[in-house]
Amino acid sequence: MILPWLILIPFIGGLLCWQGERFGHVLPRWIALITMGLLFGLSLWLWVSGDFTLAPAPGGEPRWAHEFVIDWIPRLGITIHLAMDGLSVLMVVLTGLLGVLSVLCSWNEIQNRVGFFHLNLMWILGGVVGVFLAVDLFLFFFFWEMMLVPMYFLIALWGHSGSDGRTRITAATKFFIFTQVSGLIMLVSILALVFVHFNQTGVLTFNYADLLKTELAPATEYLLMLGFFVAFAVKFPVVPVHSWLPDAHAQAPTAGSVDLAGILLKTAAYGLLRFALPLFPNASAEFAPIAQWLGVFAILYGALLSFAQTDIKRLVAYSSVSHMGFVLIAIYSGSQIALQGAVVQMVAHGLSAAALFILCGQLYERVHTRDLRQMGGIWARMPWLPAISLFFAAAALGLPGTGNFVGEFLILLGSFPSAPWVVVLAATGLVLGSVYALAMIHRAYFGPVQQDAPLPGLKPRELAMVLGLGVLLILLGVYPQPVLDTSAASMHGVQQWMAGALDQLASGR
Amino acid sequence: MEHHAVDFTLQHLIALLPLLVTSLTAVVVMLAIAAKRNHTVTFILSVVGLNLALLSLIPALEVAPLEVTPLLLIDKFACYYMALVLAASLACITLIHAYLGGESGKGYPGNREELYLLVLLSAAGGLVLVSAQHLAGLFIGLELLSVPTYGMIAYAFFNKRSLEAGIKYMVLSAAGSAFLLFGMALLYAESGNLAFADIGVSLARESSQLVQIGIGMMLIGLAFKLSLVPFHLWTPDVYEGAPAPVAAFLATASKVAVFAVLLRLYQISPAMSGGWLNELLTLIAIASILVGNLLALLQNNLKRLLGYSSIAHFGYLLVALIASKGLAVEAVGVYLATYVLTSLGAFGVITLMSTPYSGRDADALYEYRGLFWRRPYLTAVLTVMMLSLAGIPLTAGFIGKFYVIAAGVEAQLWWLLGAMVLGSAIGVFYYLRVMVTLFMREPNLHRHDAPFDWGQRAGGIMLLVVALLAFFLGVYPQPLLELVQQAGLVALAQ
Repeated sequence: MILPWLILIPFIGGLLCWQGERFGHVLPRWIALITMGLLFGLSLWLWVSGDFTLAPAPGGEPRWAHEFVIDWIPRLGITIHLAMDGLSVLMVVLTGLLGVLSVLCSWNEIQNRVGFFHLNLMWILGGVVGVFLAVDLFLFFFFWEMMLVPMYFLIALWGHSGSDGRTRITAATKFFIFTQVSGLIMLVSILALVFVHFNQTGVLTFNYADLLKTELAPATEYLLMLGFFVAFAVKFPVVPVHSWLPDAHAQAPTAGSVDLAGILLKTAAYGLLRFALPLFPNASAEFAPIAQWLGVFAILYGALLSFAQTDIKRLVAYSSVSHMGFVLIAIYSGSQIALQGAVVQMVAHGLSAAALFILCGQLYERVHTRDLRQMGGIWARMPWLPAISLFFAAAALGLPGTGNFVGEFLILLGSFPSAPWVVVLAATGLVLGSVYALAMIHRAYFGPVQQDAPLPGLKPRELAMVLGLGVLLILLGVYPQPVLDTSAASMHGVQQWMAGALDQLASGR
Repeated sequence: MEHHAVDFTLQHLIALLPLLVTSLTAVVVMLAIAAKRNHTVTFILSVVGLNLALLSLIPALEVAPLEVTPLLLIDKFACYYMALVLAASLACITLIHAYLGGESGKGYPGNREELYLLVLLSAAGGLVLVSAQHLAGLFIGLELLSVPTYGMIAYAFFNKRSLEAGIKYMVLSAAGSAFLLFGMALLYAESGNLAFADIGVSLARESSQLVQIGIGMMLIGLAFKLSLVPFHLWTPDVYEGAPAPVAAFLATASKVAVFAVLLRLYQISPAMSGGWLNELLTLIAIASILVGNLLALLQNNLKRLLGYSSIAHFGYLLVALIASKGLAVEAVGVYLATYVLTSLGAFGVITLMSTPYSGRDADALYEYRGLFWRRPYLTAVLTVMMLSLAGIPLTAGFIGKFYVIAAGVEAQLWWLLGAMVLGSAIGVFYYLRVMVTLFMREPNLHRHDAPFDWGQRAGGIMLLVVALLAFFLGVYPQPLLELVQQAGLVALAQ
């Protein structure tokens, strides 16, 4: 009974925030903070108390650590079916944590329409939690599309105007259209899968467990897999369809960026691991080399473009493209080590990207520009922030001792046996990573001082946020075992699906 | 067909009750106007009459399916669409009352009462149309539905645009009817029958080129009424010129009735889609989706925008019509219900913004800038409607779109689905544009807004109910789906 509350709490909290605005600007913030705290606490409790050796695997019914089913639209065989395994609990915990942070980081930034802002923020997070928990394909799609609207509002109404004539509304619309179109393609795929299943069994259902048993002709399977892949690729983002991301990030308010980079991108990776691979293992195995090379391309392209940016938020946004490329390689590698690495990388990137965006936001509040050309020499003008930025930049380039290193190392190690050339090229991304990360630090904080006036230091709230993230990132880097243990069973299931299909493909050739 | 001999029993009267009550209301309203003009009395009489007609659907359902004269068949399908038409008319009448203004001098300067009469007559036409099972019934219903709308569109005749729209609609609608009649004549010449089922039977045997041309011409006639591309040219002008509540009626009750009869025709005589006709319909659907959405992009007038978007929406509906198997009939039912709800909501907001009547309607997009800060709940209503038109989850429109896509996938109409995905993408753009306008910073000029107490008047309450329903059906659509499932045409196939 606790799973639906994970979704309902943000939705109800959001409505309360909206109405709470009648009593001033402070109340909505506190309601939002309490809501997110509740979500975070609840998810932590589920993590501690759950048995995460239960996870879906090929053959037999999927087993879950927590499950909840209730009829919704019996006419079409649609149920509200929520389930949790190791992968989803990690993602929900991450959502809760970043939820708390995104409320905290907008404490000063957002000054108008506070209640409505928090309504949107809460509903995004509610939608994301829904995506991580739904195992009915209709429900999954429902949440997948639903989280777009509040995100759109967040960017369109509270965003910053762009540097070179790009308006926030254009950016928001671009984000919406990209995800909406790809989502509809996925919907067509979902429905086609459902009708194939219906023709085979006479049962109309959107249930994950039932659809896993659908027998698909190779050509059909490949097409349907592509339909899912397109939707996830846009959110991922994979390079040819990534162009919404830098715009959305640059124009979004800090909280929007944190949510986008921290968790919205993870929904795509989650979708691949949960749905695309298990539902279409053979097609995915056939598609794996293409996906992996797309990943390599994303790593290199993202890193190079990141280096070329003058807007600090766009720089971090492109670095996300690069980092998610590693996750894509791992997902299609069919190796348990690499898949585990992907999970760690997702969590680590969630933390480090969120921290970098929060720092960008704090910097912006002080120097009122995001243009790196107008910064420089800030190290001398204020304490704490530059040094912390340096730490997270180092984390982003994969310095040992941070979670990012563990993730990238496991991914490269696990993928090497099956795809050595992919890994060799992907590893050069680490070098490029240090280039852009250090370039960012250099251009923003070192170099000639533009102005002498000292900048106000970090408030305890701001300091606590970034230091907390730093501590978590180091913990993940030094002792990633709890995360690895939690996701082991889920990743083992995915690995079996993928490995079985890869073996079949190899023997077929 | 010998059993067509006229034996009229009580059963038949009961089956006809909704139509009878509506017609009776029209007569009563006419007499009341003749006796003494009174806006409120006319309004109350019309509302009571339409509510009674809605209630009389319950006994009618008891006797359904029942053939009443060779022209009409009252079955569950007909009852479902009658309910839609009646509910839409009722909503429009409520909006009209708000729009025309109160008893005191402010508001519409001419005679107000006849507009109700016209709506009632048109609604009666709609009822005939949705239960028609014979080309004669179809034609009678269609004309009874359309002719009063000429008057309704031009009702604000001292406004040049309204008058122009009325004349434009009349000319084009008459042209459409002419096509329809010619097509019917060709069909009759070949098959020797006018009943849908008999046409189907005789066409199944042989389908000559002449028949296909006949059907093609009928299709053109109906496409005029449904404003499908390339017969859509009247739509934006008429929507813009017509008083807002009348535009609501055109977009909902009128189109629903025409589409319902088209669906019945296609389902009962599948030969309708034989030969190149299916390709023609596919082409029309794709063109409607793309042209409607693309032209809507360029609009700065909310009524025109809704006009173009309705072209696209009927393109989506054609996808289900072409699919014609499996979920298709249900998909049309669900989609029409959600579309009616959403259009009523959207036009309702425009109506209340233009209330009471003062020359031009408030339909320019800039007049809605920053509405959220002045009328937050009215904005919420319009936002829900825009999201529903765009087919975003949590709104009824999503369920409708989902159903149509499901019908398309089931029938494997990949090209049409491709057009639909593309159309939705374009659609999202302009719906979002409207939405974000509502939340922008307030401009300094604003001409007029809805009265502050809009939420406590009949029109406002109706609008809030519509918005809540759109949200409720988006979250829990099962009741609607069950209703539509029972209203299927399947039981009727002899």
